[in-house]
Amino acid sequence: MSFSVTEPSLRQKWIAGVLVVGYALITILPLIWIITTGFKSPADAIAYPPKVFFEPTLEGYVNLFTTRTRVTDETLAALGPPTTWYDAIVRQYDMVIAGPSRYGERFLNSVIIGFGSTFLSVFLGTIAAYAFSRFRVPLKDDLLFFILSTRMMPPIAVAIPIFLMFRQFGLNDTHLGMIMLYTAVNLSLSVWLLKGFIDEIPVEYEEAALIDGYTRFQAFIKVVLPQAATGIASTAIFCLIFAWNEYAFAVLLTSGTAQTAPPFIPTIIGVGGQDWPAVAAGATLFLVPVMVFTILLRKHLLRGITFGAVRK
Amino acid sequence: MASPIKRAKGLSDRAIAWLFVGPSIFLLLAVNIFPLIWTINLSFTNFKANRNRDVEYIGLRNYERILTDSDTWLTMQATAHFLFWTIFFQVLIGFALAYLINKKFKGNDLWTTIIVLPMMLSPAVVGNFWTFLYQPQIGLFNYMITFFTGGDPSSFSMIGEVALAPWAIVIVDTWMWTPFVMLICLAGLRSIPDSIYEAAECDRASKWRQFWTITIPMVLPFLMLAVLFRGIENFKMFDLVVQLTGGGPGSTTEVTSINLKREAFEKWRTGYASAYAVILFVTVFGLASIYVKALNKVKDR
Repeated sequence: MSFSVTEPSLRQKWIAGVLVVGYALITILPLIWIITTGFKSPADAIAYPPKVFFEPTLEGYVNLFTTRTRVTDETLAALGPPTTWYDAIVRQYDMVIAGPSRYGERFLNSVIIGFGSTFLSVFLGTIAAYAFSRFRVPLKDDLLFFILSTRMMPPIAVAIPIFLMFRQFGLNDTHLGMIMLYTAVNLSLSVWLLKGFIDEIPVEYEEAALIDGYTRFQAFIKVVLPQAATGIASTAIFCLIFAWNEYAFAVLLTSGTAQTAPPFIPTIIGVGGQDWPAVAAGATLFLVPVMVFTILLRKHLLRGITFGAVRK
Repeated sequence: MASPIKRAKGLSDRAIAWLFVGPSIFLLLAVNIFPLIWTINLSFTNFKANRNRDVEYIGLRNYERILTDSDTWLTMQATAHFLFWTIFFQVLIGFALAYLINKKFKGNDLWTTIIVLPMMLSPAVVGNFWTFLYQPQIGLFNYMITFFTGGDPSSFSMIGEVALAPWAIVIVDTWMWTPFVMLICLAGLRSIPDSIYEAAECDRASKWRQFWTITIPMVLPFLMLAVLFRGIENFKMFDLVVQLTGGGPGSTTEVTSINLKREAFEKWRTGYASAYAVILFVTVFGLASIYVKALNKVKDR
């Protein structure tokens, strides 16, 4: 026979394609709903039946970034016409903007803590992985297993002593405390993934460099690091996504100055319960960067997920 | 020196090894091991973190209380229900999707990425939004269900009813984490060399037989790994469930992490909660070790 036995037939491909695309469409519906709800007016957001077509408005975003107070008609009339488009939106509801909301700060905290801890865990992870990969470290296997087993603890269980420890050292609700904590949590994954990447780089490259008169340290910087760059980058993405999404530690150990966005977004309240367009707007700004990232870097990411898992 | 590698130059290898591993070990000791030992120590006391009274050692009384408390077992039941059904559905759907994607239809990598999206997102933020989708009357979920089944979308509340709430969290977790199982299965399917199928074809083995004698056994170690990871993760599950149901209604969806959080950070029974944490850790560790043994047996076959 001329055709390959392992190549699926065209009909099989069609059926598989239709089923997978069908599942994909259902699975992204909640995400599309988050994004569209962010552009709905409060009335449209809670309309029955749920509205697919609606007139887009930036009300959710205005409410997300501001705090507002209700004023009487007389005060409103005395203020004169609204000067900005967001003023105009708010005044429809007999309100004026009282000031900025906390969302910006919380988002910034997420950025600082996310990137800070990612940098540290990748930096420490790379050098530790290099040492594990190239040198005889006493108790190596035990250490590696120990590093992995730290991920089995429920975060809440770890949070009790960490909370007490942070309280002792004044680290509760600080950027430094959260960066340290996330670095430690990510370190296990980072060492494990990076050791895999570095194991794959032939030792001969470094030996050649050493013969050429490089020191170990120079060989590490100039030979190993460039070779491991892709591995380091994909490890960094995983660490960043973890720190970005983390909730349990954040909700228990931060409340103000260092609070990240995940514990904050669910607390966005409007008149009578959650202000869903504002919540959706906040969620959109927080989630869409990750979605775009995932789609753009799909090749590395998808391989990384299975690589990390299958190696363990 | 006789060695071609000039060891005298720069730091010695041994020094570099310690310099490189040291900081990681230190951080892990400070943020993981030290707290763990502290937890074990606290578990024998009646310490309350919100009070400044003398700490008394009370032996194993915390452990005794936890293990004889009927609430603990209700919590364990809720966790077991959650674990069993999420893993059941994720394995079923995840494997099916991987099998279909492996048919290599056009554009399969883009659709794979779209399916993967939910697992990359913050469970707390997404979980919170699901409470909106689950609302009776106005929620999209209720609307879709009643659109296909008929009935009144305000007649049921996924997160408000004792009978439905355990399923509400299973649905969202399955939606979020099926892609993980799918990706691992896909890696497994892709690791099977074509030559095995070609050989089976020569032996005139039916497709059905090939599926059960080649595909399933070859993917099984991967699938079991995926189950291990999902098992550990879901045993720890906190963010998604706390945002969706907060353990309610009553305590129908109070999985272990939520129960632990209530004891530790709402009732401030620090000693008691520490003992609870130790019990959970031993449970996960024990179950995982037994499972890994079984996994290694399957791999060796």
